[in-house]
Amino acid sequence: MEKQKYEQLVQKHNPKESKGKNAIIAFVVGGLVGVAGELLICLYTHWLNISRNDASVYMIVTLIFIASLLTALGVFDKLVSKAKCGLLIPITGFAHSMTSAAIDYKKEGPIYGIGSNIFKLAGSVILYGVVSAWFFGMVRYIIEVIA
Amino acid sequence: MYILYSFLFCGTICLIAELILDNTKLTPGHITSIFVITGAFLDTFGIYDFFIMKCGGGALVPITSFGHSLIHGALTKAETTGFVGLLMGMFDLTASGITSAIIFAFVFTLFFKPKD
Repeated sequence: MEKQKYEQLVQKHNPKESKGKNAIIAFVVGGLVGVAGELLICLYTHWLNISRNDASVYMIVTLIFIASLLTALGVFDKLVSKAKCGLLIPITGFAHSMTSAAIDYKKEGPIYGIGSNIFKLAGSVILYGVVSAWFFGMVRYIIEVIA
Repeated sequence: MYILYSFLFCGTICLIAELILDNTKLTPGHITSIFVITGAFLDTFGIYDFFIMKCGGGALVPITSFGHSLIHGALTKAETTGFVGLLMGMFDLTASGITSAIIFAFVFTLFFKPKD
């Protein structure tokens, strides 16, 4: 088959998704996750009488717990396919990537399955986070020492 | 007021990510890595602290805050212990997030089966 014809055929069978609709969904879902974070902080400061800093730690742990549980139940993948970046960019995406990688490779055993694959997707976030934080931290520290 | 700003801030970051995802060939893995680096960069001169002060929880939820807490812990430690503090304090603030993610992921993996 000619290349052009083939490309036309592929185009025809590609699912049509409007980019504008995706963007709006991501905006609304992402915003709601942010609101959930803020509300959790308010609730924890009220109920447990702790400072805002401590409450934000509780909030992050809560969100990670919910995301991990939903991933393990298989619900989160369906939500992600609808909301896309709205759920992948908040900390829930980090928890989702770890849990889903661990569960997918469970059958290959505890060491070469779960152990070596749990950071398969989340590893890049930690690697580039640490390297960039170290680099920018050095820059800032040197500037402060000189100034 | 925090709640409205939370919605706008977190929503805008997700909107930018979605636009990058739809219009380029980058995968979600690329985007989260880029956003973590952006967060670390913004905190170098205290810009991200301003967002957290204004937006509260909304600025702590996106993955950019992960980069922010990495460099924030490192710099806080560096003030007291000098150059080595950058290495010692790197995980000070994010330890809770990473540890809980590892523990929950492991425990749920033990109890649940993969779904296809």
